[in-house]
Amino acid sequence: MIVEFGHFALVLALAVALVQTVVPLWGAYRRNAALMAVAEPAAMIQFVLIAASFAALTYAFVTSDFSLVLVVQNSHTLKPMLYKISGVWGNHEGSLLLWALILALFGACAAWFGDNLPPTLKARVIAVQGSIGVAFLMFMLFTSNPFLRLEVPPLDGMDLNPLLQDPGLAFHPPFLYLGYVGLSMAFSFAVAALIEGRVDAAWGRWVRPWTLAAWIFLTIGIALGSWWAYYELGWGGFWFWDPVENASFMPWLLAAALLHSAIVVEKRESLKAWTILLAIMAFGFSLIGTFIVRSGVITSVHSFANDPERGVFILLILAVFMGGALTLFAFRAGSMEAKGLFAMVSRESALVANNLLLSVAAFVVFIGTIWPLLAELFFGRTLSVGEPFFNAAFSPFAVALAVILPIGAMMPWKRGELLRGLRPLIPAMLLAFALGALAWAMQTGRTALGPVGVALGIWVVLGAVLDLWTRTGRGAVAGRIARLGRLPRADWGKATAHAGMGITVFAVCAMLAWKTEDIRIVREGGSYALGPYEVTLTSVDEVQGPNYQSTMATMVVRRDGAEVAVLTPEKRFYPVQGMPTTEAAIDYGFLRDIYLVIGDPQDGGGYAVRSYIEPFANWLWGGCLIMAFGGLLSLTDRRYRVAAGASRRRAAVPAE
Amino acid sequence: MKRILLVLLLAVAPVSSAQAVQPDEVLADPGLEARARAISRDLRCPVCQGESIDDSNAPISRDLRLVVRERIMAGDTDAEVLAFVVDRYGEFVLFNPRAEGANLILWLAGPGVFLLGAAGALVYIRRRGQPVATESATETALTADEQARLRDLIGK
Repeated sequence: MIVEFGHFALVLALAVALVQTVVPLWGAYRRNAALMAVAEPAAMIQFVLIAASFAALTYAFVTSDFSLVLVVQNSHTLKPMLYKISGVWGNHEGSLLLWALILALFGACAAWFGDNLPPTLKARVIAVQGSIGVAFLMFMLFTSNPFLRLEVPPLDGMDLNPLLQDPGLAFHPPFLYLGYVGLSMAFSFAVAALIEGRVDAAWGRWVRPWTLAAWIFLTIGIALGSWWAYYELGWGGFWFWDPVENASFMPWLLAAALLHSAIVVEKRESLKAWTILLAIMAFGFSLIGTFIVRSGVITSVHSFANDPERGVFILLILAVFMGGALTLFAFRAGSMEAKGLFAMVSRESALVANNLLLSVAAFVVFIGTIWPLLAELFFGRTLSVGEPFFNAAFSPFAVALAVILPIGAMMPWKRGELLRGLRPLIPAMLLAFALGALAWAMQTGRTALGPVGVALGIWVVLGAVLDLWTRTGRGAVAGRIARLGRLPRADWGKATAHAGMGITVFAVCAMLAWKTEDIRIVREGGSYALGPYEVTLTSVDEVQGPNYQSTMATMVVRRDGAEVAVLTPEKRFYPVQGMPTTEAAIDYGFLRDIYLVIGDPQDGGGYAVRSYIEPFANWLWGGCLIMAFGGLLSLTDRRYRVAAGASRRRAAVPAE
Repeated sequence: MKRILLVLLLAVAPVSSAQAVQPDEVLADPGLEARARAISRDLRCPVCQGESIDDSNAPISRDLRLVVRERIMAGDTDAEVLAFVVDRYGEFVLFNPRAEGANLILWLAGPGVFLLGAAGALVYIRRRGQPVATESATETALTADEQARLRDLIGK
């Protein structure tokens, strides 16, 4: 009954989304306030309906209702509760429902917080958001209905893929989707502005918080996914340049570019057309990402042919929205005159360079991701594009970005002088160079990657610190420290996010360059040296988990005789899916992780054991979190609340 | 996600006991072993969803890892080892697509777009430096309505 209710709510949501699209658009065209006012309640009702539908599906998963195909395929009575819930979005249909839910949530938020928008712009934004909802609700109802029933329900389900039964992965998709779908707001604002035929500083200010929020979620989502890959897949890798990963990375890069170009629109009323284009493309890449993940087209053109219905549908959505938006753009872009003037050496130019590098980097990821497909379609070649290509083709742009970041961040608006701009950065430059050289001298015969990472990391982090410090002006140190606390949150956010980026760059280089690996056979009771540590395999036991069997090794790590950690790497077997998984055991440390993996028993006795020392691993995810936190600081800046404050004041003093 | 697909694939195929690089595969000479690892990281497992043979658990990857080490022991250069494997499995197994023929499009796309973009950006920036581009004040002035809204927004 509850399931039917959820199904019905979904159909109803589609109807509401249709109304939300058509009526406000018409109203805005006719300047009819009553019709435009439909947008707000429609957006909220659509959200409530999809939320009800989502709750119904969650209920079915929690109660293990095996009359639902989806529950049978992805759940099991013995599964822990957390994974029964995360199982809702651990599959195609359910994840689409989450997609639609978040889409509607953003639409409702625009209705809620959009009081300071001009009425026509608000109506159009919500209408465009509604139209995306229409597309995805139709996609679900026609090709991927999560509420399909079985006539004869089985006694138990087929369980969720064991690799997905993990806390990191339970929360990874929601964050990623909040990011992906959050970019739909930037898209809706861009299309609405194109329909209005007007982009000004205010538009830049309105669109920026939404983009910032989406970017923060994407950052956290990607970091969670990378962390999951690190500890779950069992060989300590954190990024594989896999199509699915790239699908989330491209929107992230474009969202980062959009964040920066929207500043130019807001502060200087330049780069308008480019910013609109970026907003369209950022969401376009979210759709492309969804297409890549959901159609299986990148794995092989042939797997696409096996289930063309869904792939074609998403392609159609992509064509309609991108085609429509870009056509509109082609007609209207010319009318968006830039206002602010600036010189070759200026903050504006630096942000243009930032946008150029970020967009080209996204393009490189894109071409690398789809090249196997293009090569097969047009040249009849089956080939692969993997890590070596991306490392070679992507890294130069990333390095260039890190090099110009501190300089650009301190450059004054309108007109600056390169040499004067560089002067405050001299300490950072010297220290980066010195410590990079030191790292180079301390390591012999290894790649230059490590020292480069050290230099870049220090350059960017120290550059961010000096940026904040210079902002406090001149005078006594005590006065400047006091002023530091009074700097706007946006300044703190900017410095924090940039520092996080520096830390991430450093950690990526360090992990790639300085990892220690050891592969050997160890007998129970045997010991071996791993870097400065001594590792002992004390015992191997059979353990029964809630829905799996485990071969669990107990390993003691010592350094100079003192115990550092007792680790229990496992090999698990999930009988329902008939699938083995490796559970690496990790001793997380500030400077290094010790990463142990137990393998198979060997013919001559003993076990295959793989051990790694991963230097600065936590700095990678720490850096990402700091970046996201910087975004959050910026999001709470006063200037985004000014309008809200104004409306409160107005309500409080009606007599004036 | 590819690993998930891989595991699904393996779940259908008989589950193998091999798991990435095994202790018995490792060459005694650390220099040669390092070369073997570097090569196998650039080779794609033919039956998996995008894993290198270095990471893969599939039996065929183990075979390939052994082949790579055999060729290295036989005195092949890195390029010869790769050519040996490509001759038998096709260029699909190369993670680093060769910069020849149509692949030149792939390799030159990034730098090409960068140069185009940089040229476009330069033209744009130069144009922004010239005051002629400004519009007349009347065209961009706010309407009375917008003035009122603005006063509202800044709370005056």
